[in-house]
Amino acid sequence: MNGAVERFTPLQRVVHWLMAAMVLTMLFIGIGQVSTLQPKFLTLIAIHKPLGIAILALVVFRIGLRLRRGAPPLPADLHWTQAAAAKGSHVLLYVLLVAMPLVGWSMLSAGGYPIVLYQPWAIQLPQIMPHNDTLHAVLRSAHTYLAYLFFATILLHAAAALFHGLMRRDGVFESMASWRAGR
Amino acid sequence: MSEHGRNPSGPGDKGAASRVGAPSLGAPVLIALVIGGLALAFAYTGGWLSPGRLTPGRMVAALSDRGGNPLGHRRNHSKGICFTGQFEANGAGADLSTAPMLAAGRYPVIGRFAIAVGNPDAPDAAGRVRSMAVRIVAPDGEEWRSGMNDSPVFVVATAPAFYELTLAQDIDPATGKPNPPAMAQFLSAHPESAPFAEWAKTAAWTDSYADQTYNSLNAFRFVDAQGVSHLVRWSMRSTTAPHDVPAEKLSHLGPDFLESDLKQKLAQGPLEWRLVVTLAAPGDPSNDATKAWPPDRKQIDVGTLTVQRAEDEADGPCRDYNYDPTILPAGIEPSDDPLQAARSAAYAKSFDLRTAEAADYPRTPPHPGDAP
Repeated sequence: MNGAVERFTPLQRVVHWLMAAMVLTMLFIGIGQVSTLQPKFLTLIAIHKPLGIAILALVVFRIGLRLRRGAPPLPADLHWTQAAAAKGSHVLLYVLLVAMPLVGWSMLSAGGYPIVLYQPWAIQLPQIMPHNDTLHAVLRSAHTYLAYLFFATILLHAAAALFHGLMRRDGVFESMASWRAGR
Repeated sequence: MSEHGRNPSGPGDKGAASRVGAPSLGAPVLIALVIGGLALAFAYTGGWLSPGRLTPGRMVAALSDRGGNPLGHRRNHSKGICFTGQFEANGAGADLSTAPMLAAGRYPVIGRFAIAVGNPDAPDAAGRVRSMAVRIVAPDGEEWRSGMNDSPVFVVATAPAFYELTLAQDIDPATGKPNPPAMAQFLSAHPESAPFAEWAKTAAWTDSYADQTYNSLNAFRFVDAQGVSHLVRWSMRSTTAPHDVPAEKLSHLGPDFLESDLKQKLAQGPLEWRLVVTLAAPGDPSNDATKAWPPDRKQIDVGTLTVQRAEDEADGPCRDYNYDPTILPAGIEPSDDPLQAARSAAYAKSFDLRTAEAADYPRTPPHPGDAP
């Protein structure tokens, strides 16, 4: 660390905001597709599956990036409870980023569905769970409730980011959101 | 917000503590607006702010409420029996579609016969609409799932109309039957249902699943190797001579008559259906399953479905499959028929419910004599 507060590396920032857009899109598509009978249902579900797998691939890359590049330290004056909440919520976000696509993939496998990523080219993934109704039911519920938890955690994350950016103005927000040149 | 702006000394300034105590009221309000707005948008997308929206949940609840106890069962076509067999493609369909199971060859099938009611204990011979579902699997794992009815057209063209029809079919607890005025009212409000109603009134009844021809009803697109798309419907055409029976006699047959009949016939030998694809001519409707296409349309026999074995659904191989007709191989695509998305969404909801209710539908040995 040099004198200035560090930011995440440019690549980390790009991946973060790309995934933020993908995950928010994903959550809205998910909640939208289960509440409509209209023709857009087929469009939404055709986006949902490949987007979920893209997020899974990106988060694997991102975890590697995070382990190599680290993160700027939190402000020294942050109360330990806030620092713990920050660390905990970030771990939870990573866990959900990995878990949601895997639970979705597993749920379709347990439901006996083919895992079709792009139908016109017959791009399919293998089954990763046995075909079993009870397993399907558990995973299907988990997919829904983890999505609610994910969305709530993202709201908390965004609220905390804005709290740092607008109220504490301690550089935490800028460490991810600033696009000024240089580090 | 006015006094904020960018901190001129940059985020490197360590005097954060001095700034904490003096934010304007604007910042918390802005944060609340952003977070609250996102939460509201999510709730709106999920339908929580639109109690009138026709969701898969409402559709399936209406289907469940028609009487009978569908817990653990499909919410429509609830009474049925599994079958296994194979589809042997003759290769004639390969000119129209790159679907792997239309190339000459044999492909395994897990299917299901059912009647289109919501009561899994209903006497099956009295079911006016009978259905066949198939799941044809190609060697590369691609699947073609189809749910077909023995009516020549579907009763409605859209999901909202199907919802109205389902409400009109609600069983009146006093009589144990649907309320006749409700159905009459539905039919007068839905002239598009007339061709189906005419079929239901006049078509001959039979006492078998085997002698029925089952129709895709919805239109699909076959895509050939050149990328050209062909609007089609298909039928599983029975090769068993129909055995007409007066409707009033059917109600005296046992509750599982069609299932026993199927098992009996299969004990004598396999049953066959020809898969016939009908090509639309320009102007034939792609998005209206209530309208038949003219009978002179080109028809192509693309292969033979051989049904070899029937098994009770409780622990039969079809039980845990969702016969979602939009599960298709490359080379077959849904059309712009709005019923296809609605069927897919509603079948998924029904499947999610019944897999969670497995305890309400015990897996019993289908052949008591075989049990150890």
